[in-house]
Amino acid sequence: MPMRYVDEYRDREKAQALAAKIATLCEPGRRYGLMEICGGHTHTIYKHGIEDYLPEAVQLVHGPGCPVCVIPMGRVDDAIWIAEQEGVILTSFGDLLRVPGGRGSFLDAKARGSDIRMVYSPLDSLRIARENPDRRVVFMAIGFETTTPSTAMTVLRAAAEGLDNFSVFCNHVTIIPALQAILASPDIHIDGFIGPGHVSTVIGCEPYRFIAEERGRPFVVAGFEPLDILQSIQMLLLQLHEGRSEVENQYTRVVPWEGNQRALQAIDEVMEPRPTFEWRGLGWIPDSAMQVREKYARFDAERIFTLPANRVADPPACQCGEVLRGTIKPWECRVFGTACTPETPIGTCMVSSEGACAAYYNFGRFTRLRVRQASSA
Amino acid sequence: MCLGIPGEVVSLDAERPGMATVNVGGARRQVNVMLIEDEGVGPGDWVLIHVGFALAKIDEEEARLTLSYLEEMGQTYRDELRALAESRID
Amino acid sequence: MTQRTEKEVLERIERIRRRPPKITDERITLSHGSGGKATHTLIEALFLDAFRNPLLEPLEDQAVFTIGSARLAFTTDTYVVSPLFFPGGDIGDLAVNGTVNDLAVSGARPLHLSAGFVLEEGFPVADLRRIVASMAAAAERAGVQIVTGDTKVVQRGKADSCFINTAGIGVLERPVRLSVSAARPGDAVIVSGPIGDHGITIMLARGELGIESDLRSDTAPLTELVGLLLDAAPSTRFIRDATRGGVATICNELAEASGVAVILDEEAIPVRPEVRGASEILGIDPLYVACEGRFVAVVGGDDTDAALAALRSHPEGAAAALIGRIGDDPPGLVLVRTEFGGMRIVDMLVGDPLPRIC
Repeated sequence: MPMRYVDEYRDREKAQALAAKIATLCEPGRRYGLMEICGGHTHTIYKHGIEDYLPEAVQLVHGPGCPVCVIPMGRVDDAIWIAEQEGVILTSFGDLLRVPGGRGSFLDAKARGSDIRMVYSPLDSLRIARENPDRRVVFMAIGFETTTPSTAMTVLRAAAEGLDNFSVFCNHVTIIPALQAILASPDIHIDGFIGPGHVSTVIGCEPYRFIAEERGRPFVVAGFEPLDILQSIQMLLLQLHEGRSEVENQYTRVVPWEGNQRALQAIDEVMEPRPTFEWRGLGWIPDSAMQVREKYARFDAERIFTLPANRVADPPACQCGEVLRGTIKPWECRVFGTACTPETPIGTCMVSSEGACAAYYNFGRFTRLRVRQASSA
Repeated sequence: MCLGIPGEVVSLDAERPGMATVNVGGARRQVNVMLIEDEGVGPGDWVLIHVGFALAKIDEEEARLTLSYLEEMGQTYRDELRALAESRID
Repeated sequence: MTQRTEKEVLERIERIRRRPPKITDERITLSHGSGGKATHTLIEALFLDAFRNPLLEPLEDQAVFTIGSARLAFTTDTYVVSPLFFPGGDIGDLAVNGTVNDLAVSGARPLHLSAGFVLEEGFPVADLRRIVASMAAAAERAGVQIVTGDTKVVQRGKADSCFINTAGIGVLERPVRLSVSAARPGDAVIVSGPIGDHGITIMLARGELGIESDLRSDTAPLTELVGLLLDAAPSTRFIRDATRGGVATICNELAEASGVAVILDEEAIPVRPEVRGASEILGIDPLYVACEGRFVAVVGGDDTDAALAALRSHPEGAAAALIGRIGDDPPGLVLVRTEFGGMRIVDMLVGDPLPRIC
């Protein structure tokens, strides 16, 4: 039984047509670096073997759109500290459970006795809070703008219900400052961007204009099925071929150009930008993350608890930052696959299944080698 | 964070405004639809779900347009392949 | 930084992966129980290292040995499922079927089971009665008897309601020698039915994820199905029931032990729509999700059609499918040809299949 709005975008024949189109758009001798920003895109690219459809001249660079990957170790430690406080139930998305902080991961903390529970939705945390009135339930809130509205709406719901035992530890980040930081790096070679489809359902397509107009790089907002990504790459190469530099929307079936006003209003009601926030591998970026407003202080874990807030330096061997900026490929990291593997991750690029390193290790490491060997034979 | 999946609205929750039951291939989940209420949501609509919230309605017309563009590209490709094959026979 | 080529990096990784496993963790975590890499490391570096003997070495799901003129198979499994009762069965069904299946997949006729219970103080007798009734029914259906057992009660909080261990003995009347290291290039990889039913049912039954469906656990005895397969396909090399870690784990164990490549065809793998839907919502790969009434078998290429026909003739095997082939290169790896046409690696599971949101 086919899954609607999913299977149609996984059609092999259409993929071959797009691949052929992409190949014809490549100028002989020119190499193209296209950055896909979003962790979900990294995942799809590797899961479906999309790079097998691209000519050698087109290289995909994995960007910083993996909110799990960019959380600094110190914030993971703070969350574990919260979980260790009297009566606390810490709730978290599954993605975060194995991410190592300075004192191990949430799973390690759970093994030591903390009550850490996995949830699919922040609403599930709310339910746990209702069902456990004598416990303090904290939701570890992470994600880009795709997820931020959900946390905001959950806080509004908590306020409407008058819950007094629920709070969020807000680690939401915003995509535009990250992109600005990437574009400011001198050592990148990016000709165009495959834009984050689901972030764009919230923020719309306008915020990316400066990338196309001021920085001269085409930007295509892309869906998450394999054909969406291939079509987006084709649209980018067409722009480059025709000397255009615009923001285009490939994911029109889901993304409204103006975004979701209700979602933006909810975020604005509950949260405000932090002056600055540390991104793993990218350093401190101003106005790049959200914090809970004073008005909702009773739902703000950072106000309820006095966090140790230790800054934990990334391990010296870790080159996650360079991977996140697209400067090096996963296999070029000196500890890739040796000291740093999915079972023994040093950096979060390897733990989160969206991380470029995990995706390459789990999905892509063999095929790239074999395809290369086969094509050189 | 990006895992958004298309699902079909089965029913709106009469007792809890803003909540709906959404079906993804036979797996059903309660989803908060308050973020897309302005457009009007009802049974049979397809929505994009992310962590228990509907972020957008899926525009069927746009979906059809995207697919037909891809189909046309596929057709052009098949035509070219056929032309190539036929020209080889000569 | 020395300039290494991508090829050198990948080769170095493969060398490291082949090194004997070592345990570095100080404490047991849930990963050690998921059936993936951590479980295998624990078994090889701790248990096998301590108990080492020829019968244990192959690390099959059962030990096979000869006493007098009888070839016997012996196995054990412990059941800790939560919730205890779920759509399609309960812990009692699993406790019988799981051990029966570990015997059946070696080609043995399962005979006798033991049942050891660890009960938590305060556990309702009514629930225990239900579980034991399930076990009795399952034993009868499977043609086995529970001939010995034990019960322990621990203080409240020291055990999650009810844990059950079953050990089983079976007799090998067929002259088969199935082994995880017997696969050869050209062989066919078959699965006996749709995958992931049990694992997703349990995940949903826990209620934390708020997802509902009509899915039921696939717990069932596989003895008849295995018999049909062995009769129809004398070249059968290996059969294993797909429990925790799923089909992907078995294929990895196979690839490594036999030194072959396992190349799967994504489109051919049977998955129910509800499993697919729930997996898509959660971002989980059904290949890693546990089953309790399915096996993966490797048969000689020429026996493929006969094997499938035999399985499909049985109600439990109606959806049996050819899901892949054994190749010679790259040895030790499992690859999937995606429905989209690309190739990707299916590695051994790391940790539990945690729902993603991204």
